[in-house]
Amino acid sequence: MSLTFEEVEYIAMLARLDLSLEEKQRYQQQLSDILDHVAQLQKLDTHDISSTPSHLPPRARLRADVPKNGLSRERALENAPDLEENQFKVPPVLG
Amino acid sequence: MSDTTELTDLTVKESLTALTKGQISSRELTEAFLRRISTHEADVHAFITTTPEMALDMADGADDTRSQLKKEDKPIPALLGLPLAIKDVLCVDGVRATCGSKILEDFKPPFNATAVDKLLDSGIVILGKTNTDEFAMGSSTENSAYGVTHNPWDVKRVPGGSSGGSAAAVAAKFCPTALGTDTGGSVRQPAAFCGVTGIKPTYGRVSRYGLIAYGSSLDTVGVLARTAEDVETIFRLTAGFDERDATTVDVPLADAVCRDGADIKGLRIGVPKEYFIKGIHPEVEQSVRDAIETFRGLGAEIIDISLPHTEFALPVYYLIAPAEASANLARYDGVRFGLRTTNENMMQMFTESRGVGFGPEVKRRIMLGTYALSAGYYDAYYGQAQKVRMLIKADFEDVFLKVDAVAAPVAPTTAFKIGRHGDDPLAMYLEDVFTLPANLAGIPGLAFPTGFDNDRLPIGMQLMGKHFDEETLFKLAHVFQHHTDWHLKTPVL
Repeated sequence: MSLTFEEVEYIAMLARLDLSLEEKQRYQQQLSDILDHVAQLQKLDTHDISSTPSHLPPRARLRADVPKNGLSRERALENAPDLEENQFKVPPVLG
Repeated sequence: MSDTTELTDLTVKESLTALTKGQISSRELTEAFLRRISTHEADVHAFITTTPEMALDMADGADDTRSQLKKEDKPIPALLGLPLAIKDVLCVDGVRATCGSKILEDFKPPFNATAVDKLLDSGIVILGKTNTDEFAMGSSTENSAYGVTHNPWDVKRVPGGSSGGSAAAVAAKFCPTALGTDTGGSVRQPAAFCGVTGIKPTYGRVSRYGLIAYGSSLDTVGVLARTAEDVETIFRLTAGFDERDATTVDVPLADAVCRDGADIKGLRIGVPKEYFIKGIHPEVEQSVRDAIETFRGLGAEIIDISLPHTEFALPVYYLIAPAEASANLARYDGVRFGLRTTNENMMQMFTESRGVGFGPEVKRRIMLGTYALSAGYYDAYYGQAQKVRMLIKADFEDVFLKVDAVAAPVAPTTAFKIGRHGDDPLAMYLEDVFTLPANLAGIPGLAFPTGFDNDRLPIGMQLMGKHFDEETLFKLAHVFQHHTDWHLKTPVL
């Protein structure tokens, strides 16, 4: 299984990762090697196994749906890279 | 306690006894560890952040609380005044949590992880945050943006990973115990490489709230210390249902089993042939087989078993974990926290902040996971991996009808030299071959030292158990440690 350079660029776009040319070339090779290795899973017959398998114990329980206070606005904003009027500030979405 | 004992030599149990008897104060104990850290940290580099001022404040607070509670004849919290280190993927309110990543260089969480909260309620003193592979992705602690941790047994070698900082800190006697996390072996493998004891609990036993997520169906919060008894003590205080983690399960803990007179007669230990394969270092195999014979001599029944899908654990893990990571790490977008490199436009803010902020292994796994989840490949990769995961889990369910625990090596080799795997990710992934199955099946695993190789590097074995049966593992290891002294050996710094 080998990935094309274009596929690597497409995956990087999906993952929102800005990669250098050198990184793209390196990942093209390394990801191809890893995909070759994982291809051995294809030889196992799994058609009897549910398509939504879960390894979780069946006894998980949910908390009561009772409203309560979460983080204060001040604490939630403490790590913001940029702020304006007590809100997260981001650059223009378009352009 | 004799006059010649250094305070930093004390185990958790010995520390708590000395604190309770008033032989030492938490301040004295904490100062002793801080002194040892400042003397040797340059050689080991176990920490990303040390918190000496906070530690001394907490220690003074613990000493005041103790005298107050004594005066009022009230119960004393179980760990009051005990110094401890925490892997830097677990949140401590107000203390920088980097995850070993540049992208979280300045991140100060506004809350405590539940496991940390519970230990704080028990009275611990926090010495600092330990080094880790970036976002816990790695087996050597070389993938940290804050430098490599060195194995205290040989500083030219890795401590294992990703909880390499915690394992090295315990081995170097920078702390009597430390929290780690285990997603694919990240407590057990560094415990083995550093000659300490470490538990990977059952998935669902310890809350993941406040553990910065890597692979959410695999992540567990574990404990490292020098003895099984110490690990059990701390583990029990972290365990339990948490309404902030819907995957925690409220299965009551059995009584503590690491006590005098613990008996393992008649316990059945399975030895899976798939874990003793070509490629395992002969000295590692010999040490683990010797340990199994020790268990036989102590009254355990040894049974040959097979876990036929073991070989598929590696490909399954390296699809599922990166897939979950690619989703979990989507949150690092430069908007609410973490690194933002540009305000040019929104898309550039995302791609550039992530491109600059993440290191090579993290980017590799995000790429791999994104591919495995992408349209057209989902069923063939992620879907198939989830199904094979069920076969691996079923292997364990079958053998646990016949045995009480499974014994195996932790890793095929002892600690390798720093830089050995260079830029060869597959070679590094193979280091995890024996630890991944327990995470995929959600079962507990306990690693502990069983000897040394010819280079005087520690060798470890692991016991894997039934879901929510950590206690059988602790009992076996405790009795083993009662009859052997491998766990008492410590490196000379």
